[in-house]
Amino acid sequence: MNKDKIRNILGKIPLHVIVIGLCLVWLVPTMGLLVTSFRPFQDVNSSGWWTVLSAPVGADDYEQYCASCHGPDGDVMAEADLTDQAVVNKYPRSLQLLAMLRREIDGEPHMKDVPFPEAQAAADIAVYLKRISGINAPPSFTVDNYIDAFVGYRGTGTYREVCAAGEQALDLNCNLTDLLNPRGMGRALVNSLIVTLPATVLPILVAAFAGYAFSWLDFKGRQVMFAILVGLQVVPLQMTLIPISRIYAQLGLNGQFLGVWLFHTGFGLPYAIYLMRNFLGGLPSELFEAAYLDGANHWTAFRRLALPLAMPAIAALAIFQFLWVWNDLLVALVFLGGTNPVLTYQISNMVTSLGSGWQLLTAAAFISMALPIAVFFAFQRFFVRGLLAGSVKG
Amino acid sequence: MPRRVPEIMKQGRVIPWFYLAPALLLMSFFIVYPMFNTISLSLQNKDGTDTATAACREGEPCWGILENYRYALTAEIDSTSFSSAWTSFWTSSYGNNIKWVVLMVSGTVILGMLMAVLADRVRYEALAKGIIFMPMAISFVGAGVIWKFVYSFGTSQVQIGLLNAIVTSLGFDPIAWLSTPQLNTLMLIVVGVWIWTGFSMTILAAALRGVPEELLEAARIDGANEFRVFRQITIPMIMPTIIVVVTTMVINVLKLFDLVYVMTGGNFGTDVIANRMYSEMYVNFNPGRGTAVSVVLIILIIPFIYLNITRFLEQEALR
Repeated sequence: MNKDKIRNILGKIPLHVIVIGLCLVWLVPTMGLLVTSFRPFQDVNSSGWWTVLSAPVGADDYEQYCASCHGPDGDVMAEADLTDQAVVNKYPRSLQLLAMLRREIDGEPHMKDVPFPEAQAAADIAVYLKRISGINAPPSFTVDNYIDAFVGYRGTGTYREVCAAGEQALDLNCNLTDLLNPRGMGRALVNSLIVTLPATVLPILVAAFAGYAFSWLDFKGRQVMFAILVGLQVVPLQMTLIPISRIYAQLGLNGQFLGVWLFHTGFGLPYAIYLMRNFLGGLPSELFEAAYLDGANHWTAFRRLALPLAMPAIAALAIFQFLWVWNDLLVALVFLGGTNPVLTYQISNMVTSLGSGWQLLTAAAFISMALPIAVFFAFQRFFVRGLLAGSVKG
Repeated sequence: MPRRVPEIMKQGRVIPWFYLAPALLLMSFFIVYPMFNTISLSLQNKDGTDTATAACREGEPCWGILENYRYALTAEIDSTSFSSAWTSFWTSSYGNNIKWVVLMVSGTVILGMLMAVLADRVRYEALAKGIIFMPMAISFVGAGVIWKFVYSFGTSQVQIGLLNAIVTSLGFDPIAWLSTPQLNTLMLIVVGVWIWTGFSMTILAAALRGVPEELLEAARIDGANEFRVFRQITIPMIMPTIIVVVTTMVINVLKLFDLVYVMTGGNFGTDVIANRMYSEMYVNFNPGRGTAVSVVLIILIIPFIYLNITRFLEQEALR
């Protein structure tokens, strides 16, 4: 009995290893992003994010070469207090540090019987001394990256530092108006919301009417039209961008929110109508017949019966359309561009212009991901249901 | 649609069109009309003043009115010799799209199936599935940043990219994952698989739940092992769903643009058809060539439009 139990547990180990292993592979890249977005920029480019909880750069070398005389905290020798900024400032680089270590003190070699550090170790010690003396001691975690990303600060320090010193760049005012700086994520976040909300509500509204017509109204060509609509679902966006952007140019709609709302509505419709029709069409027809016997017309049946019953389908659609519009880059790139930058546009721009400004990029990416991830986990049930209705039940 | 509208609900011939009009107008304007317009633009020259034939030059190959298609299909291929044509094909947008389709579709289906089968047998099923599914919620742009950081290539001693940190700690030289031709497309496909596996996992898991337990039990009693039960009963039972997942994935892959645009910009031999259409139109400002590329794209997708419609009609017949 007991043996069987143990064998059962042992037999399941490979299963757990594969499942947990896969989950880790899926999770670790995102964790790297999240951790990096909270690290000060000095650290981001000098050590990997996975070292965030280990000792700072140079701590090991300090321990090996210096701690025996200067003490673990550097303040044991009063005549050479390493926590004193004036002392450490004399040796900003490893070369000066090495030269000093080679000199004799009171006729005796500085290092006595401790071996001499190599160049890399000396450089790390120099960094470490700056940290313990407080000259350059960034905290392990900071929210500065998020502030910098929000206001669109792109200098060599942080927004808070330059504003405190009164050295801000021309496009920054160091007050709340910076949140709407066109280069920042704050402005992009607002634009993304402005784009997404109408572009989610409009297609659902239009699709509810059409879906009702396709399932409960009688008209010529119903079947043919719906079959065409099924085909339209997979027409690639790329097929329509160029003609529409030419028309928009004539109408002056390029760079306008209205143009994007309408485009997303038009393009979201085939799938939205399809889903609504499948859901509404699946309702029992006795329900509608009873309503009509009671004297209802189409408008009342639609408003009082179909719409309230279709709420689960509407919820699934809303989440789908929201995620699709929020995460879209191509439509925003073509129709809004830099006039009204949205989150995805702003980030893709930063990727090209910043290169390795990882502290800003990771913070910006996380700002854009926070809302969809929250929506997704809050309404996962509806999302999965919509997914299944769209591609399996057909 | 065999299910008929109840007699009592038929109220006039005009009313239905009030319900349909907004949707039909929007779809005709934003999808149907542009499709035809795209085709006609693809037969014109750069600024639409003449047919595409005008772009032909003396002494160079020319396809007449289909000149833009000649460009779309052959510009990336170095046809000086057979071997150069072969090599350049595999870094062209077409060669890359073939790699994307084959590797990403098989990758997402295999991993999705693995996860759907295995997660069912552990207690933390919901958590595990949530983790695999999470990338579906974020944008390709966000995913691009996440993975660009993983692939980051440092020239100094410190590697801040996770993958190169692993490679160097094993004693190898760091690798420029995103600028080494051939390798870089594979690394981009890994990101695609990371994003889309959750999709196939969810749909396959739902199909697996639909396989009757008695059937599997009967096979087990007859002495078949788990693997054989899976291969000979489960797989054939859920084949229709697997086909749906595969076709959906192929369409998604062909349309894929953002990931390549953000991670490499289509440089270093990573271009794909959807990104080429964008750069011809909005970087080189050549609508003729841009639309020709998108017509090529829709021709590749037409079989799937046909498949979708036939599948829909079959299902309607069953209702």
